[in-house]
Amino acid sequence: MDSIGGVVSNPGSTRSNKTGSWRTFKPLLDKEKCIDCDNCIMFCPEGCINKDHNIDYDYCKGCGICEVECPVKAIKMERE
Amino acid sequence: MTKKVMTANRAVSEAVKLAKPQVIPVYPITPQTSISEYLAQFVADGDIDAEYIRVESEHSAISAALGASGTGVRVFTATSSQGLMLMHEILYAAAGMRMPIVMADANRSISAPLSIWNDQQDSIAQRDSGWLQTYAENGQDSLDSVLMAYKISENSKVLLPSMVCLDGFILTHTVEPVEIPTQEQVDSFLPKYKPEHAFLDPKQPKSLGTLTDPDYYMETRYQLEKAMENSIEVIEQVSKEFKEIFSREYGLVEEYKCEDAKIIIIAMGSICSTVRVCVDDMRERGEKVGLLKIRSYRPFPQEYIQKAVQNADKVAVLDKNIAFGVGGALYNDIKAKIDIEAYDFILGLGGRDITPKDIDEVLDKTKNPVKDVTWIGLKNKGM
Repeated sequence: MDSIGGVVSNPGSTRSNKTGSWRTFKPLLDKEKCIDCDNCIMFCPEGCINKDHNIDYDYCKGCGICEVECPVKAIKMERE
Repeated sequence: MTKKVMTANRAVSEAVKLAKPQVIPVYPITPQTSISEYLAQFVADGDIDAEYIRVESEHSAISAALGASGTGVRVFTATSSQGLMLMHEILYAAAGMRMPIVMADANRSISAPLSIWNDQQDSIAQRDSGWLQTYAENGQDSLDSVLMAYKISENSKVLLPSMVCLDGFILTHTVEPVEIPTQEQVDSFLPKYKPEHAFLDPKQPKSLGTLTDPDYYMETRYQLEKAMENSIEVIEQVSKEFKEIFSREYGLVEEYKCEDAKIIIIAMGSICSTVRVCVDDMRERGEKVGLLKIRSYRPFPQEYIQKAVQNADKVAVLDKNIAFGVGGALYNDIKAKIDIEAYDFILGLGGRDITPKDIDEVLDKTKNPVKDVTWIGLKNKGM
């Protein structure tokens, strides 16, 4: 750490700060069951699910909203 | 160099003028008020080329000072007592963000009961904020301390804010001769502040005061601890440079007749002048007594104190503050860090006069101790 007084002099530190490390439960999507409704994409508060329904585990905090919103129960939360 | 008769508040203001800060956010409070008035006059007259911000509270004063310092300019503010208490939250932020702000605190007691008179409870209450704290003994000391504070605070090994503490009324409103250095002297001692860690430049964007998660917080606080340690050698260096230019010598502590003293009285601020006279009187009566003045309370000059008391049997600590249940703050630091038999004396709270008779009582109760912590000068109705 070379910053003095917590000064952030390189912009973009939110990218290097992998908030996925906060996660206790990890969402796993069964693409066979997925009906492509995109509910998970719309409800994910972190914008961590892309159009192909791939989950970005670098930043997914494991809130589990996607599991609740999935109408066909294609997403399961699993302990890390 | 010219010598003029003035109050310590005027002396502080003259030092600020010479140090050329660019932003001065101040809120008036007794007994600091005349500092805010003198500075306003200087800015209005064009004697200081600074932005004088008339803030709505002390919380705003220190917040504006912090923000201004973050843009990379030299800043000054001043307060006292309740004002310093209102600043409390931002004091920690200023130190944590490593802003070399210099502030004068006119030491005044804390309410309740409401009192405008002197003790040192206000600055002592900010002890752990990460600010450097210097206690001035007189007007000259106040002026010189402000100049040195900038040089110490702005040193890249330190980068911590400084509080120059001067006893309310006893110094702030008492006139005495003070030597005012020339602008050339001050310019050669104190060049323009060149910030390296925090400044406003669109080509080098920075985020200051951001949220820090558990991965980083502790290291940032540890840096602060190291900066406080570093400040000791920086103060030594700055004191030497100050002496070369201004022919006045200051250190972290000042020893007076300590070499052969059996009992050393340890004190901070204006009371040291009284104690020095008392020490002379006591010595004439055959008592082997000395005075150790603590100029720098933070950083805590542990090695200097240990060295000064090495030949003594006991020390008597004078505290114009009280940490209820455990004695005064200086006493507690000395008990924690210095190897010596120590007794504490709580005195002068809320402007109660401290007379030579009180110091005699301190000596007597250090020679024949009854308890660790003794309140001096209490009236019966207070018991």
